[in-house]
Amino acid sequence: MSEIHGEILIKGGFVIDPSQKIDGDVADIAIKDGKIVEKVSNAAKVIDAKGKVVMAGGVDVHSHVAGPKVNVGRLFRPEDKLFRSGVAHAPTRMEMGFSVPSTLKTGYDYARMGYGFVMEAAMPPIHSPHVHEEIHDTPIIDEGALPVFGNNWFVMEYLKKGEVENTAAYIAWLLRVTKGFGVKVVNPGGTAAWAWGMNCLGIEDHVPYFEITPHEIISGLMAANEYLGLPHSVHIHQNNLGNPGNYPTTLASLKLAEGVKAKNKFGREQVMHSTHLQFHSYGGDSWATFCSKAKEVMDYVNRQKNITVDLGCVTLDETTTMTADGPFEHHLHALNHLKWANVDVELETAAGIVPYIYDKNVVPNGVQWATGLELALYAKDPMRTFITTDHPNAGPFTRYPRVIKWLMSQKSREAVLASMKKADKVIDLTNIHTIDRELTLYEIAAMTRAGPAKCLGLGSYYGSLTPGHIADVAVFDLNYKNMPSDPEKIESAFQRAAAFVKSGEIVVRDGEVLSHGHKKTVWVNPKMKENPQVKRDVTESFTKGYYTVGITNYPVREYLAPHPFVIDVDVEA
Amino acid sequence: MATVTLTPIKTPELMLEANSITPDACAGKTAEQIARLECREGKTHVTIGEFFTVSGNAGATAAETDIVIAGDCSRVKYIGSKMTAGTVTVNGNADMYVGGWMKGGKIHVTGNVDSFCGIAMEGGEILVDGKAGNHVGCAYRGDWRGMRGGTIRIRGSAGNDIGTFMLGGTIIIEKDAFIHVSTHAEGGTVIIKGNVEGRVGGQMVKGTIYVFGDIRFMMPGFKKVDRVELDVDGTKAAFDHYIGDLGERHPRSKGKEVFADLYVKAA
Repeated sequence: MSEIHGEILIKGGFVIDPSQKIDGDVADIAIKDGKIVEKVSNAAKVIDAKGKVVMAGGVDVHSHVAGPKVNVGRLFRPEDKLFRSGVAHAPTRMEMGFSVPSTLKTGYDYARMGYGFVMEAAMPPIHSPHVHEEIHDTPIIDEGALPVFGNNWFVMEYLKKGEVENTAAYIAWLLRVTKGFGVKVVNPGGTAAWAWGMNCLGIEDHVPYFEITPHEIISGLMAANEYLGLPHSVHIHQNNLGNPGNYPTTLASLKLAEGVKAKNKFGREQVMHSTHLQFHSYGGDSWATFCSKAKEVMDYVNRQKNITVDLGCVTLDETTTMTADGPFEHHLHALNHLKWANVDVELETAAGIVPYIYDKNVVPNGVQWATGLELALYAKDPMRTFITTDHPNAGPFTRYPRVIKWLMSQKSREAVLASMKKADKVIDLTNIHTIDRELTLYEIAAMTRAGPAKCLGLGSYYGSLTPGHIADVAVFDLNYKNMPSDPEKIESAFQRAAAFVKSGEIVVRDGEVLSHGHKKTVWVNPKMKENPQVKRDVTESFTKGYYTVGITNYPVREYLAPHPFVIDVDVEA
Repeated sequence: MATVTLTPIKTPELMLEANSITPDACAGKTAEQIARLECREGKTHVTIGEFFTVSGNAGATAAETDIVIAGDCSRVKYIGSKMTAGTVTVNGNADMYVGGWMKGGKIHVTGNVDSFCGIAMEGGEILVDGKAGNHVGCAYRGDWRGMRGGTIRIRGSAGNDIGTFMLGGTIIIEKDAFIHVSTHAEGGTVIIKGNVEGRVGGQMVKGTIYVFGDIRFMMPGFKKVDRVELDVDGTKAAFDHYIGDLGERHPRSKGKEVFADLYVKAA
């Protein structure tokens, strides 16, 4: 990680770093050869941060930015680019799209917002070469990708017989060959059931053919994940996403973490990361009674310390939904009648894509907007609650600054509520109007930097300004001692960082991208003794023709991830 | 009213993307200022003055501005696109996207227009004395929000994909059309005075189509329900009334399913 040479001094800013419990102290941040260091020489390049806020680079725990379904989204939504593809100005290249931006725009926009690491949240294993090619094509930001396991035929076969060790061996093999980061679970069992035109809406539902339940899949994968001691925990998109009255299913799956202990050498404390919780925190029994249950869900999360969550905030934009939850996308298409794409991925997973307009004048959309924000505002531990929009499902990632504005300013939330045609109804069905909490910059830094880095097991590399860490440092034009009374200024400050240093290189000044940076692909290499049964099962699936490709064509070749940052895990069991 | 006259002096090597040939872009400007308005030719920035001599100043507002192009614009795209008021007259042919995303005012092309004439139009009038290419009054590709309002009248024939995803407004093709008329439409009216090859009203939810000539291949999703006397664009005649597309979803109103209507002039 040290091919970047040179010294930088970020001088005199208000430093906010929850990983060191630093809240607004005026200090200098020294950078040398890509790392944060104690001090630098007089020859260091100086960035004047006086009167500005200095934070570690942002870490996005969950975002759909690369891979086949993102690309299908790009292909089948040319209108997403219409009038939004301006002329390129050197050194940047042409940027396109809004909800499904081009790879270049993705890298640039994250960098403009001061983000240094992004986790691609769903990698279909057989398509991992494509995912890695796209990651490589995305400039500046470091990225990892989570392969999906929740509907994988091998996983279901092993877990039906309770074989945790075989499941772990399969996960270890798959992470190595796909250069994956961790274990993603999407609608466990439900996407497999979708191949029979069915779904799993509760965790005790039955998966056809495989004779297993979502409950068994989640618990089994959690056990296998801790058996391996991976940096990240199981990362779950739960069953019954998006439907009225789904919060009991959410609580039931969260409860599966009770009594499970985190076992790893990466400083991770949780055993389950529950993603885009907003989509799973609804009450009511129809769209007419659809309401927020953010309080009920967050009360549980606050008590249960071995769970982390991210929000999945609805940003009230026209966007593109895309998920490995195939049945959900079909359901959504039936609701909004817009175009629908569906993909079945052999033996592994599926995906669906549908455009969606979150309209603030439609009551359920208003309720969704409020639910996402309520989750953050009820959260007692910002180190376990992370800001996301499940990009692009609830809104594009470029709206993070807007979400931050809403969380930091009651005035801005009330302005949105007041602009809704049916504000009274939304107020009745949610709690947002009664909450006066306004998050602090320290809490925002925990939710966007220190927290997600720790949750991913990357706390010793990212999300912190401690010497030795990768030098991802963002400077925002906000005066810690004198925050603007106009909430719009919070949004604009986070939208365009005053400066962003990525891996020790100045890549953004005044919101303008200066360089394509030196991006890395982060992946996890579990070293485990060979498991003959799993080896035989995997080989057979290729030789017997269950897969359409040969086993030698399956792995991600080195040249597709030419700048790897590999995290080795010695499996001790 | 003030008239700005543009006289072509050079044929663009690539296509000229002349988004600024609109009353809105010209309003309040002198002839000299208009000549300096930016256009694109491929990836290069060019000005109107490099391709036209400009005479006459514009009016104070778009509504007070008439633009006359005295010559052929076969390689000039986006004439009158996004305009809200005023008029544009092209004495000759025009390339693609004439009046695209137009909100108001009038466009008159005395020659032919290429494809995407009146794409995603919201209001105003387009009159073409010659023929039109494909995609008259259609939606932008990929978009489900097509033409919402206004009138397009093509005196000649038109190609395929007329009124795709149409939501409102009227398209009149005075001669023949090829395939795909009002595909996916949820409103609006298309009148074709000549013959149509086929695929008329495929996946159409709501809206109206009148065909004066023959439909060579009828969609299987349309069912004949009755024969009616109608006055369509000044012509009184008997029409066979079909409803459809029966394979598509349809909204309900007052307890009844609402279908798209297709009227074909009775033989």
